[in-house]
Amino acid sequence: MQQILLGAVSLGLLWSIMTLGVYISYRILDVADLTVEGTITLGAAICARLITNGHDPALSLLFAFVGGTAAGLVTGLLHTKLRIPALLSGILTMIALYSVNLRVMGMSNMSLLRMTTVYSKISDWLGLNKTMSVIILGGTVAVGLVFILYWFFGTELGSAVRATGNNPNMVRAQGINTDTALIIGLMLSNGLVSLSGGLIAQSQNYADVQMGTGSIVIGLASLIIGEVLFGKRGFKSRLTSMIFGAITYRIIIALVLRMGMPADDLKLFTAITVALALSLPRFAELRDTLMVSLKRRQRHA
Amino acid sequence: MLDIQRLTKVFNPGTINEKLALDDVSLHLNPGDFVTLIGGNGAGKSTLLNCVAGVYRQESGSIELDGQRLDRLSEHKRARHLGRVFQDPLMGTAADMEIQENLALALRRGARRTLRWGVTAGDKAAFHDKLASLGLGLEERMSVKVRLLSGGQRQALTLLMATLKAPKLLLLDEHTAALDPKTARKVLELSERFISEMGLTCMMVTHNMRDAIHYGNRLVMMSHGRIILDVNGGEKHKLTVEQLVQMFSANAGEEAMSDRMLLG
Repeated sequence: MQQILLGAVSLGLLWSIMTLGVYISYRILDVADLTVEGTITLGAAICARLITNGHDPALSLLFAFVGGTAAGLVTGLLHTKLRIPALLSGILTMIALYSVNLRVMGMSNMSLLRMTTVYSKISDWLGLNKTMSVIILGGTVAVGLVFILYWFFGTELGSAVRATGNNPNMVRAQGINTDTALIIGLMLSNGLVSLSGGLIAQSQNYADVQMGTGSIVIGLASLIIGEVLFGKRGFKSRLTSMIFGAITYRIIIALVLRMGMPADDLKLFTAITVALALSLPRFAELRDTLMVSLKRRQRHA
Repeated sequence: MLDIQRLTKVFNPGTINEKLALDDVSLHLNPGDFVTLIGGNGAGKSTLLNCVAGVYRQESGSIELDGQRLDRLSEHKRARHLGRVFQDPLMGTAADMEIQENLALALRRGARRTLRWGVTAGDKAAFHDKLASLGLGLEERMSVKVRLLSGGQRQALTLLMATLKAPKLLLLDEHTAALDPKTARKVLELSERFISEMGLTCMMVTHNMRDAIHYGNRLVMMSHGRIILDVNGGEKHKLTVEQLVQMFSANAGEEAMSDRMLLG
């Protein structure tokens, strides 16, 4: 059981970086960006390709990040310059990335078994097992990113990006190019998702062209769990709650699998969970209307 | 100052809904002019302001500000020279950001956004004094999200943001129309105070004839996308609401004159 929990925590930490990326697009920019389904695989593919070619695994993560920002740039340009709706822009880049990812890997999946990864380096260095080194590195990167993002969104530029997601009319009236602000936000978001994909690939020792399917739903599930369970006070706590949300999601999944749910049903389970969570405000509304009409009926009775 | 030459704007050209919103409008503003712009629904007042601000592109004509072709710049580039307050109190501020964060965005209007910290200690001290001058107690709530403010408070804040960095031209687009009468009065008085204290040039769109006569040094009336009246100084202050109604009715034809214009 302890092993399962540790595994869930380590996986959750790696996915929390992806969740931070989804938070930037979905909450800060107010865009449902489906590019991430392709970028998470892109990061994995870039890392797998570079490591297989004998490059440094840490350096491959840097390239994964840069590759992700390029994907975000494409979606941003499609949306702002060509005026394609945000959702469709994301889908277009996601589909295009499927081919790009196949090109990067040269095949539909790549194994990293017995190759040097960032985790095997840490294991050798600190004498820890694989899971612990994933937790240490994933935790360090996730917490580091929370600080970096908190700083960035507090700067003049970061404030402009936040305001763009909030009220683009006001932002233009204050002399800020909303197209640029949106593109910067999408690049940062997809960079993080791709970095997360690279870290995931190195921890599971393979990259697969299908691994991104449904990742946006996992990201949203983690985001909502994080927001509901772990505080909304202040920006720093919201960012931190993304980490706890991603870990909680993994623990829930580990538990339901252990209780006997077939792994094939996982995506259905996640989709239903997210649909329920996203419809909570509507349920609250219906409940209030029902209460009012019940009270009225009582009075008339 | 502002020089608008033969401006024409058509909405939905070539469709059954085609509408000539501005019909060959020319208008010249002198430095320090405070123009009230009045007219019925669909007269072209807001369209004129939005063409100056860059929300719409005109079909023909030109807009110059201090000799620079404003109409060749995009909306966010024009913002360097313009302060804007909108009819909708929700439109001028970012609801999910703090009062001081909104002000900080406005303070850097026209400047490059860098990686320097967004709201500095110096900013906060300056904002505190500016907010205190509004007399709404907002200086004690600087880290409160704008979402929690009333419509009047948000409009006063937007006005402060529009003038925080003195604009060459202040554009007020029916900025009190959505407020209750008492709050509207207060925001109008604040507007007048800022304009006279800073010596701003201003165009204010209003539905209200009394306000149009009372405020500013110049009154422009529009109808069917044309300017039908342009009076200055002493002549303007002698105008009565009755005279304006008469002139309006003579020109407007089927264009609706709302009760708001008389009573609001």
